[in-house]
Amino acid sequence: MDITLNTIDKQFGQFKALDNIDLHIESGELIALLGPSGSGKTTLLRIIAGLEFADGGAVYFGGEDVVAIPLRKRQIGFVFQHYALFKHMTVRDNVSFGLRVRKGETRPDKAVIRRRADELLDLVQLSGLGDRYPHQLSGGQRQRVALARALAIEPKVLLLDEPFGALDAKVRKELRQWLRELHQKTGVTTLFVTHDQEEALELADRVVIMSGGKIAQVGSVDEVYERPASPLVFDFLGSTNRIPAKLQDDHLIVGGQQIARYNGNQTGNVTLYVRPGDLRVAGVSDPGLDVTVLNVQRTGPIVRVTVEIPPTGQRLSVEVPHLHHDVKQFVPQQTVRLRLMQFSVFAAEPDLINEGVLTPHLIGRERSRLAQ
Amino acid sequence: MTFTSRSALPGFHLALGYTLVYLSLIVLIPLAGVFFKAAELGLAEIWAILRSERVLSALTLSFGTALIAAALNAIFGTLVAWVFVRYDFPGKRLFDTMIDLPFALPTAVAGIALTALYAGNGWVGQWLEPLGIKIAFTPVGIIIALLFIGLPFVVRTVEPVLRDMEKELEEAAASLGASRWQTIRLVLLPSLLPSLLTGFALAFARGVGEYGSVIFIAGNLPYVSEIAPLLIVIRLEEFDYAGATVVAAAMLVIAFVMLFVINSLQAWSNRHKVRNQSLALPVQGAKQ
Repeated sequence: MDITLNTIDKQFGQFKALDNIDLHIESGELIALLGPSGSGKTTLLRIIAGLEFADGGAVYFGGEDVVAIPLRKRQIGFVFQHYALFKHMTVRDNVSFGLRVRKGETRPDKAVIRRRADELLDLVQLSGLGDRYPHQLSGGQRQRVALARALAIEPKVLLLDEPFGALDAKVRKELRQWLRELHQKTGVTTLFVTHDQEEALELADRVVIMSGGKIAQVGSVDEVYERPASPLVFDFLGSTNRIPAKLQDDHLIVGGQQIARYNGNQTGNVTLYVRPGDLRVAGVSDPGLDVTVLNVQRTGPIVRVTVEIPPTGQRLSVEVPHLHHDVKQFVPQQTVRLRLMQFSVFAAEPDLINEGVLTPHLIGRERSRLAQ
Repeated sequence: MTFTSRSALPGFHLALGYTLVYLSLIVLIPLAGVFFKAAELGLAEIWAILRSERVLSALTLSFGTALIAAALNAIFGTLVAWVFVRYDFPGKRLFDTMIDLPFALPTAVAGIALTALYAGNGWVGQWLEPLGIKIAFTPVGIIIALLFIGLPFVVRTVEPVLRDMEKELEEAAASLGASRWQTIRLVLLPSLLPSLLTGFALAFARGVGEYGSVIFIAGNLPYVSEIAPLLIVIRLEEFDYAGATVVAAAMLVIAFVMLFVINSLQAWSNRHKVRNQSLALPVQGAKQ
């Protein structure tokens, strides 16, 4: 079932939670709504579900306007962060709840309901736990029960609100993988809300990044990661080095060093965004940024290096896979020339940006050719 | 015999000893006194007193009206608690405080006020009497007095549980297609049942023992509207101490049995919280 959102607005008192949201989701897609808290992502999910009502705009499921259809008839599967299992019912009764509350003809017989509940428990790998009560299960198991319960009504759309937010890191990782597989098996259009960029990137086909009640960017995982539309998106997806820089005479200048050629007729102050993983050691004759190594820290498979740009004293972080030949070159107190493999440049208009008046526009992006 | 496992936190023996002594001094010994006093009479005499029509009808009246009032309070008190938890309205704080008034008021005051209202010439009674409805000086009056006395017990026990009830449970039920009534019946009431039973038990226990408010509105006609606590007082005034304690002991036994049944029901309604606690398995172990 494809979903279309048309100019959705939502206000809570003085607070504008959603501001003119347009979004189209193809049938069968797995979509992440990503954003910091207060960005409106959960409100948007709840409006799609029918748990909340938009002040303006329309929601279409497969071309049909569903705004007037109440929650219980919308046939959506909703999974809550804290599971919302019925504590006084066994796991099987929880899963079959959606079938048991059907009326008259549409309700299957008891044997069918029971079989269906057990099939769903198999699907979520909880076979044999049907007679337990929710409190006898671990958090990960409970969330899988909640999913099975939501799937029991054969939902047109599956909506998950921070589904793994209450679980510990290891279980969260397992469940992500598992949800991905489940989505491939069932093919239900799925939207989930998260504030964890790693989760969004790992799980989703497309990511919707929200901020301040607006959509900051929509795109495939590659698109949003490789080509962030704004500094905000850049900041939000993974860690970033922000370096104040200058454009002058076709060169990008940081702390007096010309670090790259820059074709374009703009001049002025800019901010350069580069991810720690996109910094590598440059050859001596190559253009680059001379920095002093401060400290080198191995964290699992990644070596994190902190360096300092000498004239300004600004610190940058660099991440290199531990087997990379660059690792040897990072020796504390030594000077190293860094190559910026990939970076984005946004116009810096600090005062206006700080006051939220202006989104700095993208001036350009550089991706260095690796074969040199 | 040992029934304690070694604990890093000392104090179990002291705490248990204190509890037993305190409970004995305050509750068990005085109550045992009732039975000893009653035992001064022979079995036949006790039996005769209990079978006398006046005692039987007083006991039936006391327990019957207390049960009916507690049941009504369980229903309407829950509604009141629901409104307080879920809605905001002007004067809510004021009403919230008023709920507790029956706790604080000398119950005789309530009895007098209710009698003034419901007597044949009272504000309410004067309209009901021509219709053939008598409230004051009948068991109906007793039930009304007990409703007044018992309300805060139900509201105050149900309220915190309702407040803690996640709204998400209702949202989940609705998203699964349940109607509002199904959500209330299948999701809300079962989670509320343990606290509802507690409130019911408290209101019932209070109703059985209530004296002050009832004697004014009841009219105290033997065989019709004479409650058991009043009968005990009457027997005492007649210096029939043994007879009074027989009625008292009968009340004790009946009340104990009823509260025990309610407590068992409560344990049963909480079964999903305690049963098979040790069977919980970690994620990996549960996969088959």
